[in-house]
Amino acid sequence: MKRQLSPPPLQNEKLISSFGIQRRNMLKFFGASAAVVALGTACNNDDDVDQNTDTGVFLGAGDFQILNFAYALEQLEAAFYIQVLASPGFNAMSVLEKEYMTDIKDHEVIHREYFKAALGSNAIKGLTPNFSAVDFSTRAGILAQAKAFEDTGVSAYNGAAKYITDLNYLLAAGKIVSVEARHAALIRDLISNGSFADDLDVNALDIDKTPTAVVDIANAFLANDSKISKRGLPA
Amino acid sequence: MNLQNIFSEIEKVDGDVYDRMDTRRSAMKQFANFTGKAALATMPLVLGSMFKKAYGQTPADVIGTLQFALTLEYLEAKFYNIGVPGVGVQTNAGAAGIAALQKIRADENKHVLYLRTVITALGSTPINEPTFDLTAGNGSNAGPFLGWEGNYDVFLAMAQTFEDTGVRAYKGAAGTLINNKTVLTAALNVHSVEAKHAAHIRQMRRARATAPGAIAAAYVGNIKPWINNAESNIGGPFAAPVQPSYNGEEITVQGGINIVTVASVTATAASASFDEPLSRAAVLAIVDPFIV
Repeated sequence: MKRQLSPPPLQNEKLISSFGIQRRNMLKFFGASAAVVALGTACNNDDDVDQNTDTGVFLGAGDFQILNFAYALEQLEAAFYIQVLASPGFNAMSVLEKEYMTDIKDHEVIHREYFKAALGSNAIKGLTPNFSAVDFSTRAGILAQAKAFEDTGVSAYNGAAKYITDLNYLLAAGKIVSVEARHAALIRDLISNGSFADDLDVNALDIDKTPTAVVDIANAFLANDSKISKRGLPA
Repeated sequence: MNLQNIFSEIEKVDGDVYDRMDTRRSAMKQFANFTGKAALATMPLVLGSMFKKAYGQTPADVIGTLQFALTLEYLEAKFYNIGVPGVGVQTNAGAAGIAALQKIRADENKHVLYLRTVITALGSTPINEPTFDLTAGNGSNAGPFLGWEGNYDVFLAMAQTFEDTGVRAYKGAAGTLINNKTVLTAALNVHSVEAKHAAHIRQMRRARATAPGAIAAAYVGNIKPWINNAESNIGGPFAAPVQPSYNGEEITVQGGINIVTVASVTATAASASFDEPLSRAAVLAIVDPFIV
């Protein structure tokens, strides 16, 4: 197991201190718990990022890091649906489908604004999307991308929740993820009726994604100056 | 008693078990220290003490939450196991509807087996399946949903309510799992599946509302895959019995943040964009008439 024992730059420490995170969690974050090293059961978080070349948007540390992670995703989703509503593919949809898209756009804008307000001065900047790979000209193109975003959102919240230490933030994530799941089910049904809960595991559970895996997906839809840094992010 | 097996079993459901023990030193070393002082006869007590230290008060909470979730999954599974082959569904749901309901039925039965496995792996005994009265008659079998298995509209209304309630129940329980990351993640991965089920059942109800033979009074409002305000969109004599599963969904302030104001949206959109939790006590009160 690779381990990196040198602490990340001071900015992390400042954020952690200001958030009042527990010492035990802090040690865990810095990978400095000797006992864990000895047992070799835990994996460090920031092995895969070259800190010299990683110039992306830094999400912070502790719960703010996870909240900013969610804020970044919600920014992306909100921007996507706003563009959907102004696209030729949207015009080709039925009246009811347009209503659904408009509702979902509202929900994603709300999630974005919620995180922005909750994070306050700890919030990352407004991100610039790059949807050049998205086909907004057809209903099918829009729905395919919507499915990708909604599925990613569900797996992202489910995978990141365990890194949240504050009960209220955990609950907030729970309140949002089930709405994302409702979106995901609808979009899936609009593509192929009955596929609402396909792609589960053998126990009929959703399959969560790690924050770094989600960032890889999200970065493909973000402009160069808005790509998210994986620094300090749980693998 | 094979200690290594016990740790292995726990590790399957709690990947952080060694980490918990590790705040001071490794689990096995800790165990060795204990055994150096303790006679073999007190071993179970020693183990119990170790786990209590590692988890604080959480073992009871985790097991209690899992048993609670299992109770709900038993109820859902029973509901679909009887209802999907029932006359109401088979006569009215159509091929696509039956396929979707069979899929949901299979998912709920898998959730039952999964939760039983997790509870067993954590060293506890899964509760037995309760005796259910799906009419919500507390054992009289003559409750407000009497005849549900023969009536597709009542079946769909109940399915929607069970799924939406399940979402709220898992959400409300998540906090009790915050110290057990593996179980927390598993519970959330069930939670979102329940939400997907709910969304599809709601779509089925939307389609059914205008179908020939439907009980028109059972369908009210503009039903969506998500919950607008505190609306069940279930009408007639079924409205009152299901309403406790929707009360509280109408809130538009989250963590002190006024959503209508910060996002410039309607109260309906503000309420729909967040699903609300229910406490275990509130959920148990809702399902109580279904449990004999």
